[in-house]
Amino acid sequence: MPAVLIDDVHKRFGNLEVLKGVSLTVEPGQVVALIGRSGSGKSTLLRCINGLEAIQSGRIEVAGHIVDQDPKHLRELRKDVGIVFQSYNLFPHLTVSQNIMLSPRITQNVPQAQAETLAREVLAQVGLSEKFDSYPDNLSGGQQQRVAIARSLAMRPKVMLFDEVTSALDPELTGEVLLVMEKLAKGGMTMLLVTHEMNFARNVASTTIFMHQGKIWESGPSRELFSNPQTPELRNFVSAGAH
Amino acid sequence: MSLQFESVLAETDIILDGIMLTIGLSASAIVLGLIFAVLLVALRTLAGRWAGIAVDCYVELMRNTPFLVQLFMIFFGLPLVGIRMSGTQAALLAMTLNLAAYATEIIRAGVDSIHKSQLEAGLSLALSKRQVFQYVVLQPAFARVWPALSSQFVLMMLASSICSFISVQELSGAAAIIEQRTFRSFETYIIVTVIYLLLALSLKVFLLWLGQRLFAPVSGLARVDVKAEAA
Amino acid sequence: MTTFGLPEALFILRAAGWTLVLTSVAFILGGLIGGVFAIMRLSQVAALRRFAAGYILVIQSIPVLMVLFMSYYGLSAMGVELPPFLAAAASLSIYVSAYLAEIWRGSIQSVPFQQWEASASLALTRGQQYRYIILPQAIRISLPPTVGFLVQLVKNTSIVSVVGFVELSRAGQLVNNATFQPFQIFTLVALIYFAICFPLSRLSRHLEQVMNASRPH
Repeated sequence: MPAVLIDDVHKRFGNLEVLKGVSLTVEPGQVVALIGRSGSGKSTLLRCINGLEAIQSGRIEVAGHIVDQDPKHLRELRKDVGIVFQSYNLFPHLTVSQNIMLSPRITQNVPQAQAETLAREVLAQVGLSEKFDSYPDNLSGGQQQRVAIARSLAMRPKVMLFDEVTSALDPELTGEVLLVMEKLAKGGMTMLLVTHEMNFARNVASTTIFMHQGKIWESGPSRELFSNPQTPELRNFVSAGAH
Repeated sequence: MSLQFESVLAETDIILDGIMLTIGLSASAIVLGLIFAVLLVALRTLAGRWAGIAVDCYVELMRNTPFLVQLFMIFFGLPLVGIRMSGTQAALLAMTLNLAAYATEIIRAGVDSIHKSQLEAGLSLALSKRQVFQYVVLQPAFARVWPALSSQFVLMMLASSICSFISVQELSGAAAIIEQRTFRSFETYIIVTVIYLLLALSLKVFLLWLGQRLFAPVSGLARVDVKAEAA
Repeated sequence: MTTFGLPEALFILRAAGWTLVLTSVAFILGGLIGGVFAIMRLSQVAALRRFAAGYILVIQSIPVLMVLFMSYYGLSAMGVELPPFLAAAASLSIYVSAYLAEIWRGSIQSVPFQQWEASASLALTRGQQYRYIILPQAIRISLPPTVGFLVQLVKNTSIVSVVGFVELSRAGQLVNNATFQPFQIFTLVALIYFAICFPLSRLSRHLEQVMNASRPH
């Protein structure tokens, strides 16, 4: 059974159709990169997968859950599907460890002591053990984003979604975040990521999908796709240096 | 509980007079209060340090005491120093002074939001200090704070009901008379409350329309978020 | 005719105590009702949203005096005779609820919507989102306007004298009726109000400056 199954998904914002029949599958352990210009629908597609956006027609299954808009189903789904946002979205009134422990404590009833162990574990995974008691505002953007990844990991997700997680970062800070993601990928995490980092897509993702005008325009094994684009749109996009 | 509106509705004349007086008092207080407020802001901005402190004291005193007490001071206190006035005159004076204080605070916030470089630009175009204040500072400031001023005007209209405490026969005062004549208190106040509601909503719509007419060319400016406060 | 002396001044001071009691009761009761209306105003159920919006609009568009008369005579028309203090507290609570609901709705809405998304993505229920994520941040944002509104409330307690409750303003009137020294009496009354309200106004302004200085992100 695929980890993510998307079948003929259509999504409109008012009169504007942003997804015009998208289908794809992601196998367990696979890393898939979504690339394309802004407005191509890639971020919307990602947000549909954990139900942040509702779809008009088609079918999405992820980690064994069918995505609908029933709040109860969505909560069960989101225990298995993590998402990391471009703007980190840490909770500014909570410390790093509180950010991480909150959901395990209250949605999965993990006891406090165990939650703390969990928090230390995921913080070590992203290389921020010493920030356990810091507040998000005292961290750099790159560190905040790594905490956001740790916060998702603490849910023990089966699938991780990354929505342009390095786009808001200064260039010198993107490396540390990408490194954490690469480690995750090597550890066998199923990952679907929207990214502008072409090198990362080429080197870390096994499959890259190029979206254009709400459709999957071209897709295939990352190295082949980048070295030998079939459509003029992708050729343009790759040669323009990804924007 | 049975409601009977007939006897109350028979007193249409008193109600209409009350409505007219509420509208008249509110409109006059808004116009006069606004003029006074602009003078105070000008004084605070253009005159010396002590004038500014005096204006601030006035504003703080008015904003931190109830309108009712201000009304009593004027109505009961002024005659002792030889200034006699009717209830309606006292009401108008109290409302004007009260509104002026709030409007001063709001307009001041608008004036403070005008960037210093605008003043310098104005002065370097050979405008006088007064001209700069009028054209470069005041007009854009007004446009920015118009929503806050509008809320303040509505609150003033609602607060005019307090003038019935000194037997002014505006809408609430009219209600008190009808209540005594008909013994239909609840019915009377239902009707009067609905009238206030309609007056307030109409005033809101009118002020919105007026703001769009007056400030259309500069309405694209960022608004200054000043809270209106009950009198 | 008596003159305005120490006993009269003490009478007025004691009445100022009742102004504070009335303010506190109306603030707490009105705050509880207002909190419910603020949440309703932001509910996902359209009917609740509209009902709360209508309630807030109506209460904010009629004089506090009318809220007072309506609840006082409305209750007595239904055969409920409330003692003056309860009638005053009840109607002021209704007034407070509409204004606080609106202030708090604004505060809740100024928490960035990404906080809703991030917490939803961590499988929190809507109640948990409010309790752990949104309200702690909204309460901080709401402090300056809430304290500012408290000043309005203190001043508006002055009108409950019409239902016969003796608070600060009513005490001033009573002493004035007996002594007819309005300047001295109402100056004292005004000064007491000022002594309560001015520090609150300053606190509100101070909180706002602190908030602006430490805006996260």
